[in-house]
Amino acid sequence: MRGFLLNRLLQSLVLLVIVSIIGFGILNLLPGGPLAQFGLDPGMTQQDIERLKGLLGLDRPIWIQYLDWAWRLVRGDWGHSFRDGAPVLDVIGSHLFATLLLMGSSTVIAISIGAWIGIRGATRRYSLFDYLATVGAMVALSVPTFWFGLVGIYVFSLKLGWLPAGNMSEIGDASILGYLHHLILPSIVLSLVHVAIWSRYMRTATLDAISQDFVKTARAKGLSERRILMKHVVGNALLPMITLAGMQLPSVLTGALVTETVFTWPGMGRLFLDSLGYSDYPVVMGLLMFSAILVLLGNLIADIVVAIVDPRIRLA
Amino acid sequence: MTKNSSTTSNYSRREALRLMAIGGAAGLIAPNLLGKPAFAKTPPAGPAGRVVVGLSQEPTVFNPLMAHIEVDDAIHFSVFDALVRMDPQGGLHPNLAAEVPSQKNGGISEDGLNWRIRLRDNARWHDGEPFTAEDVKFTLELITNPKFRAWRTSGHSLVQDITVVSPTEITWRMKEAFAPYLSFLAETFIVPKHILGKEADPNTAAFNQAPVGTGAFKWGQRVAGDHIELVANPEYAGEGPYVEQLIFKYIPDMTVLYTQFKSGDVDLVDQSFITADHYTEARELPDRVVTLETGASLESIYLNLGRPQFKDLAVRQALYAALDRKAIVDTIYYGVGTLTETFMPKESYYYDPNLPVQEFNLDRARQILDEAGWVPGPDGIRAKDGVRLSFSNSTTSGNNLREQTQQFLQQTFAEIGVEMTISNLPAAVMWGEFWLKSQFDTAMVGVTYLIAADPDATNRLHTKAIAAQGGHGSNTGQYSNPEVDALLEKGARSFDPEERRAIYNRVQEVVRHDLPFLPLFAYSIVLGRKKGLDGFEPNANTRTASWNAAAWKWKA
Repeated sequence: MRGFLLNRLLQSLVLLVIVSIIGFGILNLLPGGPLAQFGLDPGMTQQDIERLKGLLGLDRPIWIQYLDWAWRLVRGDWGHSFRDGAPVLDVIGSHLFATLLLMGSSTVIAISIGAWIGIRGATRRYSLFDYLATVGAMVALSVPTFWFGLVGIYVFSLKLGWLPAGNMSEIGDASILGYLHHLILPSIVLSLVHVAIWSRYMRTATLDAISQDFVKTARAKGLSERRILMKHVVGNALLPMITLAGMQLPSVLTGALVTETVFTWPGMGRLFLDSLGYSDYPVVMGLLMFSAILVLLGNLIADIVVAIVDPRIRLA
Repeated sequence: MTKNSSTTSNYSRREALRLMAIGGAAGLIAPNLLGKPAFAKTPPAGPAGRVVVGLSQEPTVFNPLMAHIEVDDAIHFSVFDALVRMDPQGGLHPNLAAEVPSQKNGGISEDGLNWRIRLRDNARWHDGEPFTAEDVKFTLELITNPKFRAWRTSGHSLVQDITVVSPTEITWRMKEAFAPYLSFLAETFIVPKHILGKEADPNTAAFNQAPVGTGAFKWGQRVAGDHIELVANPEYAGEGPYVEQLIFKYIPDMTVLYTQFKSGDVDLVDQSFITADHYTEARELPDRVVTLETGASLESIYLNLGRPQFKDLAVRQALYAALDRKAIVDTIYYGVGTLTETFMPKESYYYDPNLPVQEFNLDRARQILDEAGWVPGPDGIRAKDGVRLSFSNSTTSGNNLREQTQQFLQQTFAEIGVEMTISNLPAAVMWGEFWLKSQFDTAMVGVTYLIAADPDATNRLHTKAIAAQGGHGSNTGQYSNPEVDALLEKGARSFDPEERRAIYNRVQEVVRHDLPFLPLFAYSIVLGRKKGLDGFEPNANTRTASWNAAAWKWKA
């Protein structure tokens, strides 16, 4: 087991290095760069821009910039944002809570409603409910999130005045109720697509489980349909869902760009886009490494769990 | 808008300022902007209420001397003071200075080299420390510190021998006479020596995340990616503040920004304002004041004069005659935009109203090209001496109004035998070296020519400012005219507004004749605020609508 773990960790490290080189390379290959934002400033001369380039270390060859950045990272220094000068980890940390709140609540909504729809659809296959759920899922998957978001704002904020038009909280109001009030619309909008996905997966998994022999055996034993469903079908159908949920972990922490934009939610997705827009290299690289580590970590955990459960994998 | 919302009493002040700007301009001793003016109505007992300003970009640079963009100015103008401040008519007023230095009051010597500034004696930093001449000296020296990531350094690099005469008086010597520097000081906010002076590295000082100024508002807190909260500084040395809480809310999407203005979450729309397509609807909103204000930049077709196609004046004239500017503004830009013939904003004292007016006339355009020997080839595109009249036009991709304009121009140019292709680039690419080093054929661009509203346009029009030819500056069109060069040099040395007006009028005349760029329209911005927010004044001479938040107050 230790050999297996060590092997996996080493693989992950190599992958991280490759990801960082590719990320750094692509970022720097884009023309423009962090100082392009001053290109139209009437008072910033070419001289001023060259001076800033030197002070930010951008005048060095790219491979030296990379090694410098990587060496600092190894020692735990993620660097400072070009824009506001704050340490990169602080910048990421300050956006993490917002994303966690939004993604967490929408994932909970998506999983619970999605699972319910999927199970119900599977047990009443080809019923009216099943057809409606299928059509609804297709619609939810095809309509872009920003459209749902804007319609939601128009109906519930502008016309009915029930819910806020955006933002994470009322300024100056840090109460939990206030946050919940602001959370309703964006988390529902965001979960719409996920409900659709989850319900489809859940339906398939449930159908799989229903056709298994142990269900027939349970029926033969004379168990009630309800008991069969709860104890034998759902339990087995949820297993693949748990793996799916594990793979969702990175996205829970890296945010939902579109929803965050429409609802002015100060999360990680916005941070990534803004940092990219200003070519804030340290923050973009920081975010890239952060999500790469999350993905690798998620996979590693999944691998370990599977290995524990299934000895055949360990040997492979 | 101010015309509609202004009361009789501050009309008289505005008129007075206008007269002053016309009569004596910058050097005149204008009424102290910071002193309680006589017309001020009895203010409420203490600062009260909250104003939420919506911004579509996030302010992130709070040290006003560090490299920053427009949107950061909103914070700087509220937290800090400069030595002088510029009003909407271009007149300068004392801010931390006790008077605006001029040759008349002896603040600036006859040769323009020796400057003496007298300072207020009653201003305090937000932490209670007194503001003194040492802070001014520290500020000016920090800007030119080679280790500091300073913003603009032009003008500042000419300052030497800074001497603190007394806590309320400072002098320095300029390496050469440079009149625009007085206006530059209006955008040079003074930072505290007793805090930043102690820092080993001012680039990473804690101050940059929680600034301490002398301004009407104190730093409250920042929720990154969401908003910045400022609170009233009751000890403020000048007028105001009247609102207790000033919030700058970051709303990344322009449509959402407008929606939140409509829903009432945002009281005032600053940078990048209400989009033109919402103007008609916004005007009809109840309990909102929505107005059109002229901005400082000019939308134009920039021609790269380094390309052989554009070296011939006839080509530039013909292209200009083929611009149906009225149709572009009315049909594409929702009527938001003002036709103009010059780079000088109409609000400026130096604006030349007597320039020849462009006329859209395709026959005339064809005739000009025919006479100059540009004859249509077999493919219908004109050519002369092996040079085809074909070029690409570039701008920021995703800007759909500009993209529509490009398609419109492409068609009209084709009618006079000129081929224009469209090649747009993402903003970071477009305005990087591609723009700065003149790698484009033509560009559709909104350019501000004036720095801190001073008429000196050396950075855009002087031969020595062509970066593509090794110069230092932003003359990206590679325009070069010895007469303009000489005029610009003369204008930068003169402190006399009358003399300068004659100089810059002549510059505008020559540039209008040479057509290094083809003016489309002067930008207008759609400003929106809630009814009842008094004391708000737009100011084309600053880059932010929140330049005078100290004077804002809610109608009781």
